[in-house]
Amino acid sequence: MIAQADSSDAFVRWDWIWGHLDLIWEKVVEHLVLTGIALGVGLAMSLVLSGIVLRWRRTYAPITWATGIAYSIPSLALFAFLVPITGFTILTAQIGLVSYTLLILIRNIVAGIDGVDPAVREAAVGMGYSRRRLFFRIELPLALPVIIAGLRIAGVTTIGLVTVTALIGQGGVGFFILRGLNRFFSTEIVLGTLLSVILAVSLDLALLGAERVLTPWSRRQGDAS
Amino acid sequence: MIRLDRVSKTFPGQATPAVGDLSFEVAEGEVVVLVGPSGCGKTTTLKMINRLVEATAGTIEVAGTDITSVEAPALRQGIGYVIQRIGLFPHRTIAENIGTVPGLLGWDKNRTATRVDELIDLVGLEREMKQRYPAELSGGQQQRVGVARALAADPPVLLMDEPFGAVDPIVRSRLQDELLDLQRRVNKTIVFVTHDIDEAIKLGDRVAILNVGGVLEQYASPAEILSTPANQFVEEFLGDDRSLKRLSLTPIASVRLERGPLVDATATRSDVEATMKEHNVDWVGIGAGSRLDGWVWGREVETTAGAAKAAPFSVRLSASQSLREALDSVVSSHTGVAVVFDGDDYLGMLSIEQITRHLIQ
Repeated sequence: MIAQADSSDAFVRWDWIWGHLDLIWEKVVEHLVLTGIALGVGLAMSLVLSGIVLRWRRTYAPITWATGIAYSIPSLALFAFLVPITGFTILTAQIGLVSYTLLILIRNIVAGIDGVDPAVREAAVGMGYSRRRLFFRIELPLALPVIIAGLRIAGVTTIGLVTVTALIGQGGVGFFILRGLNRFFSTEIVLGTLLSVILAVSLDLALLGAERVLTPWSRRQGDAS
Repeated sequence: MIRLDRVSKTFPGQATPAVGDLSFEVAEGEVVVLVGPSGCGKTTTLKMINRLVEATAGTIEVAGTDITSVEAPALRQGIGYVIQRIGLFPHRTIAENIGTVPGLLGWDKNRTATRVDELIDLVGLEREMKQRYPAELSGGQQQRVGVARALAADPPVLLMDEPFGAVDPIVRSRLQDELLDLQRRVNKTIVFVTHDIDEAIKLGDRVAILNVGGVLEQYASPAEILSTPANQFVEEFLGDDRSLKRLSLTPIASVRLERGPLVDATATRSDVEATMKEHNVDWVGIGAGSRLDGWVWGREVETTAGAAKAAPFSVRLSASQSLREALDSVVSSHTGVAVVFDGDDYLGMLSIEQITRHLIQ
């Protein structure tokens, strides 16, 4: 695509972009805040729900069933449902965004902790770890690679979903896509889409980097002498 | 140090107890090995001592304290625990792994670091390994770290659940020797579980032979179990090579050595023939006092023993080696004897008759 600064019907008008950098920055920040809140709250809720699952195994089926239903509701329909109750608010947006992270995160947390070597658990308990200490000091750190893998999927999904919340007055860079569609202004559509993709890729790479920093031990497997 | 009094364990949903009415005591500084076929409750018994399994009846005391009177985590922090699959924490370095219990007990950093260095030396690891992760170590090294970790807070009692079951026989034998050597220095009260009777005999001051359902068939020193098995179960469990096992427990020093058919270098052919006849052999050793230079076939002596071509004794044993090693030397030598030295000094020799006589006694 070749930009032609002075043509009003060019596919991408660079002059418009240069003229709206402040607005673009504001929407990018908003996008990140919405994503951050969704992932943070989603992770916290998932940890609590996973804790319940790990303690009482029979809750696993109903919890995955309920979060699975939430995951399968089309986002558009969900927001349409919620608006009459919670209005055009950030709460409406977050109810949707958070509920989409739960299934992935709970599954990965439970799978990660189930994957901890039983011998490690036995040794820890045998040396006098309390249940709580075992969970936070041993099981959770060892499950981290699997949990972060889940967080990466949930993160990329959430970045994309945030654009949809533009419909209820939120939306981050989705604001440009929606307004571009309404005004038949291709520059804004392309801008919003590209920014969303860039944010998704950046978040994914950031989480990958975080995993490498947090789990230095997992890269040194298998070179025993 | 450890006392089990009529202890039973019945797991939920099972009709017969895994361990029934078991009583025994372990003295301070003693190594007791629990051994038996699978299903004999040996691991269950071990785990009841640190309450990983709660006994359903009876009492267990460690150092005079009923173990149920202490919170389980606190009890366990005071008892070393080593398991077969080691269970090192993969996300922590070797130093951090060894410092686990000191960490739980709230030791300060310097004290823990000093202790970690001590333990690394004690179990024969390199200090440069401290910053590595468990996955970077071999199986034998990992088990040494496992033992170091169990000893970290210097607990008086050590529980070991088939700790050497997963390593190859050569490494296992070395780890067993290291454990015995370590025990001489740290003098812990150790309860050790294994299914390998040879390991039990090698390591135990006393061995408890358990039958299915946690029935104690015999509890005695290895030598006593081998020489007088309490019943047919014990006899069968010990296997057909019971005599050989007994030999492996007996040091050469406990048998009176003979000087053997020895002549000095100046002995004439007729001296040699007289000596051979006396000992009923067809060779003589050449030496005097604490020297033994070698041996010759009697028929090859023409003038004097010293003039014939003497062959050296290929295997020289020391008095601390076992009769089993002596027997091995006896059956693999031309002369049919095992020669025993203390450094360069000749002590004496052993024939198969002496070894057999020891077994029959």
